[in-house]
Amino acid sequence: MTTHPTNGTDAAAGSQQVLTFVLGNETYGVDILRVQEIRGFSAVTKIPHAPSHVLGVLNLRGSIVPIVDLRMRFSLERAEYNAVTVIIVLSVQSSTGRRDFGVVVDGVSDVVDVKTAEVRAAPELGSASATEYILGLVPVAERMVVLLDIDCLIGNDLRTVSSSNSQLDHAAA
Amino acid sequence: MTLDLTQFHGVFFEESFEALDSMESALLKLDVGAPDAERINTIFRVAHSIKGGSATFGFTAIASFTHSLETMLDEMRSGRMHVTQPISNILLKSVDVMRAMLRAVQNNQPIDAQSVADLQFDLELAIAQKDAAPSASTSAPAAAVAIAQPSAAPVAVAQHAAVSTASSPAAAPGLTTTGEVPRWEISFKPHQELLARGNDPLRMLRELAALGKVTTRAMLDSLPSLDELDSRSCYLSWTIEVEGPQDEQPVREIFDWAEGDCDLTVTRLNPPVATGVETSTGLEAAAGVAHAPNAATELASAAAQEATASASATAPSAAATPAAQPAVKEAAPAKQEGLGSNVGDSGSIRVSVEKIDELMNTVGELVITQAMLSQLGQKLEGPDAEQFRSSLANLERNMRGLQESVMRVRMLPISFVFSRFPRMARDLAQRLGKQIDLKLTGQETELDKTVMEKIGDPLVHLVRNSIDHGVEMPDVRVAKGKPAVGTVHLDACHRGGNIAVEVSDDGAGLDKERILAKARSRGLVGPNDTLTDEQVYDLVFLPGFSTAEKTTDVSGRGVGMDVVRRNVNELGGKIEIKSFPGKGSKFLITLPLTLAIVDGQSVAVGGETYIVPLVSIVESMQLKPTQVSRVAGRGEVLSFRGDYLPIIRLHEIFGVEPRSRALHEGLIVVAEGDGRRVGLFVDDLLGQQQVVIKSLETNYGRIEGVSGATILGDGCVSLILDLPGLIRAASMSYAA
Repeated sequence: MTTHPTNGTDAAAGSQQVLTFVLGNETYGVDILRVQEIRGFSAVTKIPHAPSHVLGVLNLRGSIVPIVDLRMRFSLERAEYNAVTVIIVLSVQSSTGRRDFGVVVDGVSDVVDVKTAEVRAAPELGSASATEYILGLVPVAERMVVLLDIDCLIGNDLRTVSSSNSQLDHAAA
Repeated sequence: MTLDLTQFHGVFFEESFEALDSMESALLKLDVGAPDAERINTIFRVAHSIKGGSATFGFTAIASFTHSLETMLDEMRSGRMHVTQPISNILLKSVDVMRAMLRAVQNNQPIDAQSVADLQFDLELAIAQKDAAPSASTSAPAAAVAIAQPSAAPVAVAQHAAVSTASSPAAAPGLTTTGEVPRWEISFKPHQELLARGNDPLRMLRELAALGKVTTRAMLDSLPSLDELDSRSCYLSWTIEVEGPQDEQPVREIFDWAEGDCDLTVTRLNPPVATGVETSTGLEAAAGVAHAPNAATELASAAAQEATASASATAPSAAATPAAQPAVKEAAPAKQEGLGSNVGDSGSIRVSVEKIDELMNTVGELVITQAMLSQLGQKLEGPDAEQFRSSLANLERNMRGLQESVMRVRMLPISFVFSRFPRMARDLAQRLGKQIDLKLTGQETELDKTVMEKIGDPLVHLVRNSIDHGVEMPDVRVAKGKPAVGTVHLDACHRGGNIAVEVSDDGAGLDKERILAKARSRGLVGPNDTLTDEQVYDLVFLPGFSTAEKTTDVSGRGVGMDVVRRNVNELGGKIEIKSFPGKGSKFLITLPLTLAIVDGQSVAVGGETYIVPLVSIVESMQLKPTQVSRVAGRGEVLSFRGDYLPIIRLHEIFGVEPRSRALHEGLIVVAEGDGRRVGLFVDDLLGQQQVVIKSLETNYGRIEGVSGATILGDGCVSLILDLPGLIRAASMSYAA
């Protein structure tokens, strides 16, 4: 724990730091270096023509950041937003550069060290459940943590938003 | 160690493009026949620095071309080549070619070698021809010019006569190779405060002595009597003759520090016939004969003397004498300008736009935080509340100052856009055979860089239109009793929170009848409709509308005015036309000063707040149920001043639950976009305010009907409506 490299994703070092959070009964993890900030839930501004899991946008110190409800993204049943509901602001690398967005989760658990060797590939779950955004599964303290590939998970979402809108433009023109 | 030069490429390109712009403007000001030495120097310096830069970075094609150009400019600088219309055209073309080459290199594209080679050939041809030209034109016609222009021309005359003889094979080799020692006469008249500025004339004289043999004469004529003498002032001046230095550069360097504190002239006593012209005059050439040490020089000097004689034979000798002085004086400011051009922009630094945007963002945030604090402060009770509020008021004032200063960082004078027009007008006028006087005023008016980048093309279009369609041919103008030279006037000024740019001409004005006829023939206007002037002029903004009788490569393709209006609208601006038949037309563009801030009306729909840009709002009103009717059971329209406007229910478009769906319980905001008017149905109007525009695209994507977002005083995000987009989206959803 004391000797971990500054770059959490450094594969050669064999370990990375992961922020874990809870969604329903499951625990998920994201690379800590992608986390910009963690903040309490506050009301968002709805945006038109957005996919249902994009709740709206929020003011994050001057930049406008879209907020995604991960429960809805994973088709879990919807939970009420309350005092412990938090937003994790993450950054993704997309073709157009860095984009920030927030995900609404039930609660943040911990920061854990994950050894690359312990990560197991996600099992094939059939076509209904898309697994391309799961980097792997890793056991942490008797629980299974699902490591998410957020570039894939959200980056694709945002791209579809942009492209569907540009299609709309073409149709309108 | 190898130095990675590519890191300097960006700066090189940027500077080169700027330098080319200044070269172009200097070229345009260059008078044919009587070139200003200073201007030629400016042009030369540009070519030289681009040549140096491109050679350093290994852009050999550019370096080779600029070398040819530089050679030609050097010939002009030394007066061995006249500035004629064709040559000025070649020079302007060179600017284009250099720009194209730089751009090609910048984008890693191949250079259009053919056009470069063609022009380079022209350049070299022109240089080669100059030797033939002066000898053909004997000193007689040249002397005739001398009478016509006594101030500048005699110098040129004498020189040219001298040059033409000198370039005869007998004299030339002797001249360049003889060991004749150049002799300089320096007149050094220090101002009184020279000593106080820390300059020591004695040191300068000693340094001069190091250059060669020095004969010094001190002038005591301004020395006051002993009781009036101030020991800290300098009353002496000197005339110094130096033998030795090959050119005046080292001599001038000695006096570098005293520049501005003294009157300095450096004159060559024995003129170098083949090179230095800046300092030599015909008169001095004659004077040089006495000192000529060998036969070859004697020959050349005799020729020069002959030239002077022929000049003074026709012109009175007095005309030649004053000519000697201006020639020398011209050399001095040229040098000063070389230093001065650096001093001029030393007050500015290059900062990337990104950094400024970041600064703007932070300041925007501060403004919002401050607004939140103010809101909190209002509610505060207690012993310190009053003091807290007054401190808050202070903070608010400072914040506003800070915000304004940061905004101003992004502001640039509109001359950056205007500067391209003189060249364009000149080329166009030449091509069309018209005479145009382009007037530019209000060039110092500042506006946001982003606005400026986007206003350039619409303005180009309007100026082209004015020159092509507006201003008539010279003969037509004269027949109408107008001056043959048409005036196109570009003006910019601040008007409230906006900037107004006006393009006006004194041409024929818009032809109302023809526009109407054209519109009728295309079915845009019914045969019996009567339109007001404004409505008629509005027609020219329709796509594909052109009344030009024939399509030229300048205009008339009918793509244009609609694009102009769209660009202006995209910037949140407006364009108006005023036309006076036979007297001219006027296009007035009103633009916001900045794209970062918009004046907005906040409206409430359900729990959400949206911002409607004030510029799109026509008026707001409460509907009576009788004003609404349904079309084909679907679209709702309202009657508004004789027009029927479609109603857009914002809550439907944005998918929110409104306070009430009944139209008469909410409000209608009549707004326009892309020339179409609609009624927006909202719950309530909240207030007008300036909002800072934030991008939604950075982190999310484009949303149809929304131009951006802003952060309200309470920290919430509010969407800013984009009327043209909204109208497009709405008409689609109704069509579907």
